[in-house]
Amino acid sequence: MSQPTWKNPIVAWIDYRLPVFTFAHHELVDYPTPRNLNYWWNFGSLAGVMLVILIVTGVFLAMHYTPHTDYAFASVERIMRDVNYGWLIRYLHMNGGSIFFLVVYIHLFRGLYYGSYKAPREVLWIIGVVIIFCMMATAFMGYVLPWGQMSFWAATVITNLFSAVPLFGEEIVNWLWGGFSVANPTLNRFYALHFLLPFVIFALVFVHLWALHVHKSNNPLGVEMTGDSDSIPFHPYYTIKDAFGLGVLFLVYFAFTFFAPNFFLEPDNYIEANPLVTPTHILPEWYLMPFYAILRAITFDIWFISAKLIGVIAMFASIAVLFLLPWLDTSPVRSATFRPVFKQFFWILVIDCVVLGYVGANPPEGWFIPLGQIATAYYFIHFLVLIPLIGFLERPRAVPDSIASAITAGTNPGVEQS
Amino acid sequence: MVGRILAATVAAVITVAAANAAEAPRPPGQKWSFGEIFGTYDRNALRRGLTVYTSVCGACHSLDLVAYRHLGGVDYTEDQIKAIAAEFEVEDGPDEDGEMFTRTALPADTFAAPFPNVQAARAANGGTYPPDLSLITKARKRGADYLYALLTEYRDEAPEGFELLDGMYYNEYFPGHQIAMPTPLFEGSVEYTDGTEATVAQMAWDVTTFLAWAAEPEMEERKRLGIKVLIFVLVLTAMLYALKRQIWSRLH
Repeated sequence: MSQPTWKNPIVAWIDYRLPVFTFAHHELVDYPTPRNLNYWWNFGSLAGVMLVILIVTGVFLAMHYTPHTDYAFASVERIMRDVNYGWLIRYLHMNGGSIFFLVVYIHLFRGLYYGSYKAPREVLWIIGVVIIFCMMATAFMGYVLPWGQMSFWAATVITNLFSAVPLFGEEIVNWLWGGFSVANPTLNRFYALHFLLPFVIFALVFVHLWALHVHKSNNPLGVEMTGDSDSIPFHPYYTIKDAFGLGVLFLVYFAFTFFAPNFFLEPDNYIEANPLVTPTHILPEWYLMPFYAILRAITFDIWFISAKLIGVIAMFASIAVLFLLPWLDTSPVRSATFRPVFKQFFWILVIDCVVLGYVGANPPEGWFIPLGQIATAYYFIHFLVLIPLIGFLERPRAVPDSIASAITAGTNPGVEQS
Repeated sequence: MVGRILAATVAAVITVAAANAAEAPRPPGQKWSFGEIFGTYDRNALRRGLTVYTSVCGACHSLDLVAYRHLGGVDYTEDQIKAIAAEFEVEDGPDEDGEMFTRTALPADTFAAPFPNVQAARAANGGTYPPDLSLITKARKRGADYLYALLTEYRDEAPEGFELLDGMYYNEYFPGHQIAMPTPLFEGSVEYTDGTEATVAQMAWDVTTFLAWAAEPEMEERKRLGIKVLIFVLVLTAMLYALKRQIWSRLH
């Protein structure tokens, strides 16, 4: 890596005192990136762009929104009807949340497929899981703010989960509510937290990138870069590739925003919150459905532990298990490209998550209950039993010595040719 | 292996979806003027729909989120809006003596509500609150189709064996089939000034168009802007792709 020399005297003056330009040059321009990244590697930067869009639209919404149970619903409608381009800002924000989760889930499954969580990237992975935790909390509180029927009842259902905590359950719930039911104090604090948490996520993303830039990107082959022949500078190769990917994402995002803005939303949320009328089905947004299914899958007590408490634990454990993944996976090979057995089970896990999402979207009755239970059990079996076992039993295919040698040999299935 | 599992999953999902559909009938899909990608609100239907709302629905249902001035968005002139508002009285105040008073509605007022509060609305309607209609087509699944089906498919008598509660009416498309609202539209309930025959289907069609506008007054602007944005992003993305190909070709 060359040390840049700054010709502009002002830039040189600043850089001598605070080397921001040198830093940016190293991390965004010269930054060595594997030459063989495929399009699945676009989703990290896409997630970053979505986060920024959500923060910007969110700040503008905050200028017009009123966090009071009597005015919240009407203030959102005022944004939709009377604020200049308020409908655009709100629909960008609302659909942006869904697109953000979509992008982050693809990013996460890409990491699962190519073993991006393995040494030396465990901390990078763990920070990513923390980010997803924070995203879910933020999204849930954002869902409450328009104060529609789903807002109110989702808030009631989710906060009530904490009543499953032994001994202090009820005290914790009252403390969360700031009273004895979901009411104005609840809405106020959810608004404050919904404003705060995205900035926490932003800070976490910075740390995530910091950890990334220490050992650099994983790649479809799962072998480390060994020299200059394996890498290309981030700019212009990946800046242009990310820009193109962003264009494609925007086409999808804007198609929803302008032509099906309420596609992801339950119609019930256009009915103002009414504590006296319970909707037939209380549903979270689509991206939380799998976790909702896991929560409701546990219908039986175990010894003295209530079904409700086990459900709550299972729901949190379904994400927490990802923290352990770097140590649960016993295979020395990263990429599924060279792991014929793991590859199959990866796709079964994807299907399992879709099934969980489908169960979560339906009322817990009939054969949705056993289906949800099987899918939940399988989810945990995948991580806790299958992943360690496959690592021991599977015979991986031969891994190439380096990215460059795989490309010159032309035998590499994971490399994009363009 | 993966392919077979996928096929089995898809088959299972389809079976469940079919079993679920029995709960409430799906309203038949209609060809709305505003349904298509480039669709706009049929101005004539919307104008007639306003008449149906003010002379029928508006007797019980409020439209709290819509102001008379919003009609400007669908080509009503300022004078027309003033004239429409002037047909209604709203409460204002307190005045300098601390008294509330009624005055003629102005374009800036929201549609005059039939009842001063929820309790009054309940008291006048046998204990049931006629919901505000500002968002009705957005607050129901397939809202416009549902509303049209609901308004046109009233039955004089419940099917045999169906236990109808006192003061309730049978409607195929209402969840649970028991609705507190009596048949709202009859042949000739309103007189259209444009000479259109006021059949039940016509009035239901018109008022649904009007209420779809009330729920999504931004729709036409949203679609117009959306087309421009999508074309712009499409061209930009195509150029970025060409540039990407060109830059990456240096590697070979």
